Amino acid sequence: MRKGARLAVPLFPAVAALGASFGVLAHTAHFDALAAVVMSATTFAGSSQVAAVSVLGAGGGALAAIVAALLLNARYAPIGISVAQAFRGSVAKRFAQAQLVVDESWALSRGDRGVLLGVGTMLWFAWVGGTAAGAVAGQAIGDTSKFGLDGAFAALFAALLATQLQSRPRIAAAIAGAVIAAALIPFTAPGIPIIAATAGVLVGVRSR
Amino acid sequence: MNAVWATVLAVGVGTVLLKAVGPVGVAGRRLPGAADRLLELVAPAILAALVVVETFASGRHLVADARLAGVGAGIVCVLARAPFWLVVLCGALATAAVRTLH
Repeated sequence: MRKGARLAVPLFPAVAALGASFGVLAHTAHFDALAAVVMSATTFAGSSQVAAVSVLGAGGGALAAIVAALLLNARYAPIGISVAQAFRGSVAKRFAQAQLVVDESWALSRGDRGVLLGVGTMLWFAWVGGTAAGAVAGQAIGDTSKFGLDGAFAALFAALLATQLQSRPRIAAAIAGAVIAAALIPFTAPGIPIIAATAGVLVGVRSR
Repeated sequence: MNAVWATVLAVGVGTVLLKAVGPVGVAGRRLPGAADRLLELVAPAILAALVVVETFASGRHLVADARLAGVGAGIVCVLARAPFWLVVLCGALATAAVRTLH
């Protein structure tokens, strides 16, 4: 665990700052500080949280926000399975430790449970602490619309997307998802285009 | 219960369970390769859709407004390998600047 904690040091400020961004953005979708912090503490998965906040903020409704966020987190099933051999102990212990699996802790651990738990613990504190700071700042700022935070959402999603484009099928799935969303925006309720974009995986699978 | 708390609780419970699937349920076994390959494509498809919706959607209309400057600035930051927080800051500043000028 100690090795993992050390490995997480360079990531700590970045994750805290992203948590703060989430806290501020959540305020724009009428999350109070407690809701933002509870979400970070339990969900602990950045892109899905920003997605849920963005769908709610755009008037997409809770159901669309929930479905979009959980689709983004569906990857944690195969990610968890890929490191499952490393987990030991009682069901309750494995259940609790599984919550420390995030993209960064999984990528750095290479199957070493101590590293995974060390990185995951450090980043959980960075993420939750950052969220609390951002949520309080958001409340202090009040009306955030004039600060261009709507454009910041789009920029953040572009940055998160950039981390996902390592192969041709992934790029094809992204292009298809973007086209599907753009085509549906005029015809469906907010939130639906994002969920429907999941069909882009079918284009991606065919492109290898 | 309002929409915010319904979302917080449902996404929280759902994600906790998704994360537990492997370490609690499947220890040692693997998903079929086809399912693995489909699931790894979900995140790029949805994130690309979020970029489009957050940039161009205004209710049910497609519009090009100040947010385009924000996402443009964000992409420049990404290409320059800037950290996430800087991408967010540049995106917000560029959007706010263009909105003020108009």
